[in-house]
Amino acid sequence: MTTIHDRTSINQGEGGDHLLQPGVLDTSHGVVLYLEDITVSFDGFRALNKLSFSVDVGELRCIIGPNGAGKTTMMDVITGKTRADSGTVFFGQTLDLSRMTEPQIAQAGIGRKFQKPTVFEQHTVFENLELAFKTDKRIWHSLFGKLKAEERDSIHEILATIALLDKASTRAGLLSHGQKQWLEIGMLLAQQPLLLLLDEPVAGMTDQETERTAELLNTLAGKHSIVVVEHDMDFVASIARKVTVLHEGSVLAEGDMNKVQNDEKVIEVYLGR
Amino acid sequence: MHTRYQPLLLRLLGNSRWIGYVLAISVLCILVPVLNLVVPDGNVLHVSNYIVSIGGKILCYAMVALAMDLIWGYTGILSLGHGLFFALGGYAFGMYLMRQVGLDGVSHSNLPDFMVFLDWKAYPWYWSGSEHFLLALLLVVLVPGTLALVFGWFAFRSRIKGVYFSIITQAMTYAFMLLFFRNETGFGGNNGFTDFKRILGIPIATPEMRMTLFVLSGLTLLAMLWMSRCIVESKFGRVLTAIRDAESRVMFSGYNPLHYKLAIWTLSAMMCGIAGALYVPQVGIINPSEMSTANSIEIAIWAAVGGRGTLIGPILGAAFVTGAKSWFTASFPEYWLYFLGLLFIIATLYLPQGMMGLGKKIKGKYA
Repeated sequence: MTTIHDRTSINQGEGGDHLLQPGVLDTSHGVVLYLEDITVSFDGFRALNKLSFSVDVGELRCIIGPNGAGKTTMMDVITGKTRADSGTVFFGQTLDLSRMTEPQIAQAGIGRKFQKPTVFEQHTVFENLELAFKTDKRIWHSLFGKLKAEERDSIHEILATIALLDKASTRAGLLSHGQKQWLEIGMLLAQQPLLLLLDEPVAGMTDQETERTAELLNTLAGKHSIVVVEHDMDFVASIARKVTVLHEGSVLAEGDMNKVQNDEKVIEVYLGR
Repeated sequence: MHTRYQPLLLRLLGNSRWIGYVLAISVLCILVPVLNLVVPDGNVLHVSNYIVSIGGKILCYAMVALAMDLIWGYTGILSLGHGLFFALGGYAFGMYLMRQVGLDGVSHSNLPDFMVFLDWKAYPWYWSGSEHFLLALLLVVLVPGTLALVFGWFAFRSRIKGVYFSIITQAMTYAFMLLFFRNETGFGGNNGFTDFKRILGIPIATPEMRMTLFVLSGLTLLAMLWMSRCIVESKFGRVLTAIRDAESRVMFSGYNPLHYKLAIWTLSAMMCGIAGALYVPQVGIINPSEMSTANSIEIAIWAAVGGRGTLIGPILGAAFVTGAKSWFTASFPEYWLYFLGLLFIIATLYLPQGMMGLGKKIKGKYA
């Protein structure tokens, strides 16, 4: 990850004059995620309708919108779970996500948290992070590779970040709902992604947990690009710099929280109700 | 199973349990031959040939149960086609055994009797090379392995899961059974292969050969148990369990589940092939009924009754169910299937972790 950032800065120093390498992530134009005219239909229902927007490197973006606005479908398109009927989706300038499988997209540096916390319930918290940790994920390495000391240290750092250090050897299935949400965020961190997609990260959390999650995301922004889909407006207000409002599969409004909250169209379809 | 963060004492205890299992199987491998061959008939300690033959069968079944545990217990893929891989391994070695009959068949021909009856003049092409012992050993793993690899590649690539996968494996087994029932297929039709005379030129129907095969089966089971334990304790094993519990999370963590499923599925099929090859010379027959759907379902019952995801549980399950079957079919043959059904219902409803779970519960009560 650091090498990518290094290369970006070098390229900019040289005036952005560099070769495009297919298959290698390139964010030298400052854009990490780029969606244009994405359309997805399920049995005639248009879940996404010519959706276009982009996310900059290091940005923390919130996506809001009423149920059925297409938020989860958008995440599915980005992570390769659903294929778009038309349109383009790029990771940086070079990686065409519509041609990659889910594991390839994950390895390229996009991490995803599901709406319902999805962790490996029969494994311990430590093992969950170990499985997610960025490394060679092919069979041979899994069979014979050993966890290096520095990898173990990084996992412990993540455990501290998500406040689960004392639960390292607890089975993940025994964690509370909020703790599972955090563990899943920790697993994303272990993947060392460039872009994090978080689908309702504070659903089912207590106020205190929500507050701590907001703090966590604020510290992560800058180091990672983060896209958060969320319903909790107070939470969005506490983290968002830029908000995108989705409605019926396309962007309704975009801008800072104040601008969006005062937008008449937005008030009509979502906030005013 | 998760020993890394436990205190040292617990880890040692955990390991000593495993040493216990290994010792038990090893002692069985030494004790049974001594009690059968050295202790004279009539002595209370004498182990009869009948018990030895059941024991040898159980050892082979235990390998299949272990293979089933890897794919079902750990990876969450229920195969109802493991009887097919077992039978294919048996047939692959059976071809060699038929070649070893030589001119001693009923028709005193170079060809097996069933080919003579079909009025065939020469071996078909797919029998070529089957007279070589080493090639036969290779075929024992390659035939089930290749079939599993090809079948698995198509099934897993299409993301066929759960009950749909189980049904397709069952259909595949049934299709192969019908194929092998045909005389023209060239594997002896419904009679299959039988009347074996020797292995490597050594007569097969001697107490010494029976014991050799018994001990060989025990050692193979031990080797497989050791290998399986290494697999499930490795990160590879943890990925398998993760696929069972949350496959989408595995994918979004950057693993390709297709490769992992294919690897363990093919390995599991190969283990069944080896078990089948050891089984056939001990029971002296292989025919298409081994591919019947009931056999494959019974394998799943062994794993369920013993306790999925424990390695040792399915082995005990295979021993218990096979032992019970031998006793029932001798004493009350008509009640066997009722008992088997009842056992399966009890295991599913009250013992989700099988005999191993029951053991744990009892231990928990008195500890």
